[in-house]
Amino acid sequence: MSSTTGASIVDQARDPLGNNTPQGDRASTGRLGDRLFGGTAKGAGVLVIALVTLTAVFLLSQALPALGKNGANFLTSTEWNVDGSNPRFGIANLLWVTVASSVIAMIIAVPVGVCVALFITQYSPPWLSQPAAGLIDLLAAVPSIVYGIWGAFVFGPHITGLQNVVNTLFGWLPFFGNETGGVSSSGTIFFIGIVLSIMVLPIVTALSREVFAQTPVTHKEGALALGATQWEMIRTAVLPFGKPGVISASMLGLGRALGETVAVLIILSSLANDTKWSWSVFNGGETFASKIANNAAEFDSPQKSGAFIAAGLVLFILTFVVNAIARVVIERRKAFSE
Amino acid sequence: MKIQSRRRLASVTGVALVGTFAISGCGSDNNSSASPSAGAAKASAVDCAKGTLSGEGSSAQKNAIEQAITDFQTACPGATVNYNPTGSGAGIKQFIAGQVGFAGSDSALKTKPKEGASNIEQADADKTCGSPAWNIPMVTGPIAVAYNVKGVDKLILTPAVTAKIFDGTIKTWNDPAIAAINPGITLPATPITVFFRSDESGTTENFTKYLNTAAPKEWTAKPAKKWTGKGQGKEKSAGVASGVKATDGGITYVEWSYAKDNNLGIAQIDNGAGPVELSGAAVGKAVSAAKQTGTGNDLSLKLDYATKEAGAYPILLVTYEIVCSKGKDPAQAKLTKAFLKSFAAADMQTKLQEIGYAPLPTDIQAKVLTSVNALS
Repeated sequence: MSSTTGASIVDQARDPLGNNTPQGDRASTGRLGDRLFGGTAKGAGVLVIALVTLTAVFLLSQALPALGKNGANFLTSTEWNVDGSNPRFGIANLLWVTVASSVIAMIIAVPVGVCVALFITQYSPPWLSQPAAGLIDLLAAVPSIVYGIWGAFVFGPHITGLQNVVNTLFGWLPFFGNETGGVSSSGTIFFIGIVLSIMVLPIVTALSREVFAQTPVTHKEGALALGATQWEMIRTAVLPFGKPGVISASMLGLGRALGETVAVLIILSSLANDTKWSWSVFNGGETFASKIANNAAEFDSPQKSGAFIAAGLVLFILTFVVNAIARVVIERRKAFSE
Repeated sequence: MKIQSRRRLASVTGVALVGTFAISGCGSDNNSSASPSAGAAKASAVDCAKGTLSGEGSSAQKNAIEQAITDFQTACPGATVNYNPTGSGAGIKQFIAGQVGFAGSDSALKTKPKEGASNIEQADADKTCGSPAWNIPMVTGPIAVAYNVKGVDKLILTPAVTAKIFDGTIKTWNDPAIAAINPGITLPATPITVFFRSDESGTTENFTKYLNTAAPKEWTAKPAKKWTGKGQGKEKSAGVASGVKATDGGITYVEWSYAKDNNLGIAQIDNGAGPVELSGAAVGKAVSAAKQTGTGNDLSLKLDYATKEAGAYPILLVTYEIVCSKGKDPAQAKLTKAFLKSFAAADMQTKLQEIGYAPLPTDIQAKVLTSVNALS
């Protein structure tokens, strides 16, 4: 067996007379190329950590003065008045809308994405699976402004019917209640959730497809040999093997949904200042990203920009947590798959 | 071989030149279409200067200043003017930081400190300039109260009724309050859907200033760039205009050009002297009625939103170009002066009406030219 490390190759090379113990040529550590590459790689790693840390430090340093002057509870208040000497602002509304729209997106995108991935890897004939996979990947390449404009002008006018059906069937749940605050149906959290689901679908599908394709053939053949049908084989061999991969794919998709800006900005109707709080997803609102993007042009005082940066910090932490969970899941998969 | 490649180069250059002529030819055709007689005279009237001038600020005047830049650059081949429509606040900030040659703003530089800040905009700008900074009104943008109600082609609104619609007190189109001021018009029972600008904007500030001044009892909220009424917010002028277009019963306040481009109904405003239809002349009357608050060549205006002058359309915003009265860099100052002079010229101002702005009335335009000529 050849090895990737220089040292073990040296171990195999014998002196013709057999009386000289071979010396390591320090290939793995000593040569200029190795040292250069090792140094570059280390530098790149440090750079990324430094960038993330500095971003966090920047956000904190800009946000803290504004947070200090804040007259309302930053985490639970639904007000957003950042002007004047007594600013009162809180992120409760932004957090709710961001999370609600992303959760709706995931509820739709994950099952559909998994089904598409299963179809491509398990059911479709080979001549179809490659083009189908390519098409799905193409969805990921569509810029979000295109989704936004499409959603607002093409898809939006047709959503009223579906919303009325959901409202009639599930209206007893507070999430699908009637307190819409007069927001038209093409500007609701529910609708932006559907558009977001289309945007994250390719991420979920592509990663799930990769994982499902790696199911060991022995597992699949074993299941089939024991008399399992195609669906039973998928349920007992493919899905358990791919589950951690699907979870981490969903987390990455969730990250995209949470941070989506332009499509949300175009589609979602924001609410007037003192609108009553409502749990209904047939309401409007603003997400962290859309609120910041919408107001970026008028950051004319440090206090104002600080308040928005504080909101950005919460989104940063939220995304960080989501990614961390994805990391943990991927780590666990590594432990079980070998 | 060498000769051949040289010949090829020559032919490429030839094509490029022809292309350039064709493009510039097109441009000047377009531009002179508005005032065919002024074409030749205008070219000679523009004082040219060379160099690059950059400005930043209000997006309300975006289309107007782009038109002015195109014309100026066509007349003056060596000059380049860039304008970045990032918003009034950002423009003033960049101007004070000395990053841009001029700022476009929907309100004049503040002479008192803003709430929550200790610095005074006017003082900061003067300091950056090393000389007084002047507010020169250049573009008049009427704000239309645009609506989309099936079967209603004509609508008259008074300040009080407008305020009640936008604060959610009046909820349907056939409300007696609307019917009373619109005799002979059949109004449907459609619910009113109010759209507002979800971003902070000078349009919102000027519209609420109007409501607050002309209907102080009905609209008590302090005028601000952020919307204080009811309804649902859409992003920027394009967002509210398309929102109204897609919604039967929708109403919003938006720059004239957006209302026209989207074929929305535009309400006539009755401030007390009879309904006034939105037109360039009607807006000019309101600008003439404004009081000058700046001294000398600083032409800050105080608009009288509650004006009862007959035939004056009261809801408008004036975009100022904010410049240093004495530029630090002589070449830049000369270019700024030349550009603003062509912008304020009568034929340029007339041309603006076609793209949804109102020309400055003659008396104000004369004052603006005096100020621009005093720049150095």
